[in-house]
Amino acid sequence: MKLSDVRDILDAEVIVGQDSMDMEVKTAFGADLMSDVLAFAKSGSLLLTGLTNTQVIRTANVLDIAAIILVRAKKPSAETIALARELKIPILTTKYILFETAGRLYMKGIVGCLPKVENTSGRN
Amino acid sequence: MGETNQNLYSGSFNIEGGNFNSAGIVSTNIKSILKKLGIPGDLVRKAAIVSYEAEINVVSYAKKAVVNLTVNSGTVQIEVIDEGPGIPNIELAMQEGWSTADQKIREMGFGAGMGLCNIKNYSDDFHITSEVGKGTHLKMIIQTP
Repeated sequence: MKLSDVRDILDAEVIVGQDSMDMEVKTAFGADLMSDVLAFAKSGSLLLTGLTNTQVIRTANVLDIAAIILVRAKKPSAETIALARELKIPILTTKYILFETAGRLYMKGIVGCLPKVENTSGRN
Repeated sequence: MGETNQNLYSGSFNIEGGNFNSAGIVSTNIKSILKKLGIPGDLVRKAAIVSYEAEINVVSYAKKAVVNLTVNSGTVQIEVIDEGPGIPNIELAMQEGWSTADQKIREMGFGAGMGLCNIKNYSDDFHITSEVGKGTHLKMIIQTP
């Protein structure tokens, strides 16, 4: 689906990346622990998180994450917004909690970027 | 030794310990350098992940560090040499879940004892040495086609 569909499904506010709404996304990963994101998330996925600091943007950039969805109505700091603009990473914010956000996207066809962790060592 | 060791890039970067806002700048730089050199995307990501986790460790625990990036035909090598407290028991530090992180590190989304494991898992070759009271030396190698 397009990022604009994600926005509509989640009744989300686009904070950065209004011009990226045509981007296609198929998969997502949700976590507040950035080391887990680095361990498991795949490039081109949505990142669902409640964390709002600049490290979320850095993590997304390192992994080529398609867009960041902030859950639980979290608002990023000015510094986070500035870095997201610089690195061209869209940020959307939704009032839904992480569970609802994931569920609503899954119902419409977005799947996890991996279904389960089979082997915690040698994960790449 | 001829073409196999041809150097494509050598450069160094500094990381300042304790500067949480700067964590990630070096890996962002490394990522764009490797991209420009035409390294495949999945390998660029591996290099960016290992250097980013290493940066997080430096800002979290060390005074400062130098990062040496050496790209030869066939390998990307990232060395992180820090001045800091060192790691008394490397075997323990390498265990997933073992951490000495404080609240500030956890608030950034790190400190769950996964950093060194992630670095090892994403590297094709990983070496760590450490001296208590002096610092830690990481060497990560990623093979390229």
